[in-house]
Amino acid sequence: MTEFMQTYFPNVLNLQDEIIESIWETIYMTGWTALFAGILGILLGVTLVVTDTNGILAKPRLYDNLDRAINTFRSIPFIIMLALIGPITRLLVGTTIGPTAAIVPLVVGTVPFYSRQVQNALLEVDQGIIEAAEAMGSTPWEIIFRVYLKEGLPSIIRASSVTIINLIGLTAMAGAIGGGGLGNLAIARGYNRFQDDVTLVATLAILIIVFISQFIGNYFVKKTSH
Amino acid sequence: MIELKNIDVTFTDKKETIEAVKNVSLSIKAGDIYGIVGYSGAGKSTLVRTINLLQRPTKGDVIVGRHNLMDLPPKELRQARKKIGMIFQHFNLMRSRTVAGNIAYPLRGTGLSKQQINDKVDELLELVGLSDKKDTYPSQLSGGQKQRVAIARALANDPEVLLCDEATSALDPKTTLSILELLKELNQKLGLTIAIITHEMQVVKEICNKVAVMENGEVVEEGDLVSIFTDAQNPLTKEFISTATQIDQALDKLAKHPTLLNLTSEDVLATIAYVGESTSSPLIASLYAQFAVTTNILYGNVEILQETPIGNLIVVLSGEERQRDKAIAYLEAHDVTVSLLQHNQTVFAFNKKQVG
Ligand SMILES: Nc1ncnc2c1ncn2[C@@H]1O[C@H](COP(=O)(O)OP(=O)(O)OP(=O)(O)O)[C@@H](O)[C@H]1O
Ligand SMILES: [Mg+2]
Repeated sequence: MTEFMQTYFPNVLNLQDEIIESIWETIYMTGWTALFAGILGILLGVTLVVTDTNGILAKPRLYDNLDRAINTFRSIPFIIMLALIGPITRLLVGTTIGPTAAIVPLVVGTVPFYSRQVQNALLEVDQGIIEAAEAMGSTPWEIIFRVYLKEGLPSIIRASSVTIINLIGLTAMAGAIGGGGLGNLAIARGYNRFQDDVTLVATLAILIIVFISQFIGNYFVKKTSH
Repeated sequence: MIELKNIDVTFTDKKETIEAVKNVSLSIKAGDIYGIVGYSGAGKSTLVRTINLLQRPTKGDVIVGRHNLMDLPPKELRQARKKIGMIFQHFNLMRSRTVAGNIAYPLRGTGLSKQQINDKVDELLELVGLSDKKDTYPSQLSGGQKQRVAIARALANDPEVLLCDEATSALDPKTTLSILELLKELNQKLGLTIAIITHEMQVVKEICNKVAVMENGEVVEEGDLVSIFTDAQNPLTKEFISTATQIDQALDKLAKHPTLLNLTSEDVLATIAYVGESTSSPLIASLYAQFAVTTNILYGNVEILQETPIGNLIVVLSGEERQRDKAIAYLEAHDVTVSLLQHNQTVFAFNKKQVG
C-alpha cells in the first residue's frame, strides 16, 4: 500500500495534513455560506412569492425592485464578484485572505441564485391550496409557515441540494484566489508545482463531498414527499 | 343567511376590462341548497368567491349572517371566513399533511387542546365516512375520498355556510351522487346552508331547492327548483333543463330517424309537460274517449324534484284537426303544458302523401 502510494502519489503522502486541512476548509466555507445564504435566500424567496402581483401580500413595486436586484447580482460572474466585494469583505472580516474571508463573497454569490430557486420551489405550491387556506381564515404568516414552506419543503430541499453543489464549485474558485480549501490546494500545488497527484486527490475529495450532499438531499426529499 | 346586493366584479388589466359579474343580487336563506348554473366563463366562480371575499367585489354588499363583510377589518374578516366553509373542484388538500393533518389545519390557534382537536377530527371523519383513512396522505385517496376530506376540513370550525365551486366536476357520476348525498345529509343534519356552483343541471336537480342561472356575468333567471323546471322563461334556462331531462337528445334522435315518426297530415308532434300528481295516463285515455284523438308516446321522462313529480313526454297526437285542437285545450285546462313542434317531418309527410 505504502509502496503503491510512494510510486503514484508521492506528494500526497507528504502533504497529508495539508490535504485534510483543505478538506475541512472547504466544508467550513460551504457550511457557513449555506447557513447564511440559506436564511437570506429563503427570506428573499418568500418575499418574492408573497409580494408578486397575485401573491398574498401583493406589493408590485417591492417585487419589481427585488426582482431586478437579483437579476443584476446573478449576472455578475463570480470571479469578478470576488474582486468587487473585496473592500466589503475587508470591512467585515478585516482581511480578504482565508476561508472566513471567502464566506462574504460566497454568500453574495449564492443568495441571488438560491432566492430564485426558493421562489420557483414555492411557486410550485398549487395556488388552489393557498386559496383554500385563505378561505379558512389563515393569516399571511400562517400561510407562509404552515402552507408555503411546509408544502414546498421537498422542492426547497431539492433546490438547496442543487445550490450546495453549485456552492462547492464556488468555494473552489474562491479558494484559488486565496480562500483556502481544496480549490486552493489544486491550484497552488497541483497546477503551479505540477503535482498532478494532489490535483487528482483534490478532485476526488470534492466529488465525494458533492456526492454526500446529493445523497443527503435526496434522502430528505424522499422523506418529505408524500 | 347570505345576501348579495348589486355585486359588480370588474377585472382590469393593461389591455382590457372584463365585467365578470354585473349587478347581481341574490338572497340565500338559512337551510337553502342554492344552485348557481351557467356555462364556462359565465362568472359563477367569481360570484361565489365574493361570498367569502376571496374576490372583493368592485361594487356591492356582501352580507353573511349579521355581518356586511365589506366593512370588516382583516382580522374580523378572517374570523368570519372560519364560519364559511368552501370546497373546490380540485379539492386543494395539502399533500404534506395526512388526512387528519388536513382536517386539523383550520383548528390550530382556535384555543382547542391537542386532545380536543383530535376528537374533533375523529368526529368529522366519522361524519364524512372516512374514519379508516385518518393517517393516509391525500395522494393515496380517490377523488371522491379527497372531496370528503375537503368537506370535513371545511366543516372543522362548524360553519353555517358551505360554498361548493364545481365540487363534483372532477368526479364520475356515481361518486358525484355519493358526494351530493353527503351534502344533502349535512344540510339536513347540521342545518348547513349550501351554495353550489355547477355547469351540470343534473347536480342542481339532485339536491338544490333554489337555482339561479348565470350568463355573461348576469343572473338571467332565478327561482325555486320546481318552478324553474316547469315554468322557465329564459332560453338559456330552458336549454339547461332540456339537457337535464334529455328531451332535446330524444328529439334529436327522432329527427335523425324520421321513419320512427311516420307522420301523416292527421298527426302532430308535441311535447307535453305536467307537474304534480295529475298524472298523464288518465288524461290521455280520456283524449280518445272524448275527442277520438290517439296519443302515441315516443319518449317519456319523469323527474321527482323536491318530492314533486315532473313529467315530460314527446307524443304524436293523431286525429282530425279540430278534434286535436279541442284535445289540446282540454289538456291545458288540466294544467298540462302542450307545445306543438314545428317539425320538418310534417313537410316530409305531406310530400310523401302527394307523391303517393
Ligand atoms: N383573476 C381574474 N382576472 C381577470 N379575469 C378573470 C379573473 N378571474 C376570472 N376572470 C374572467 O371572468 C370571467 C368569469 O370567470 P369565472 O371563473 O367566474 O367563470 P365560471 O362561470 O366560473 O367558469 P367555469 O365554469 O369555467 O369555472 C371569465 O371571462 C374570466 O376570464
Ligand atoms: Mg368556475
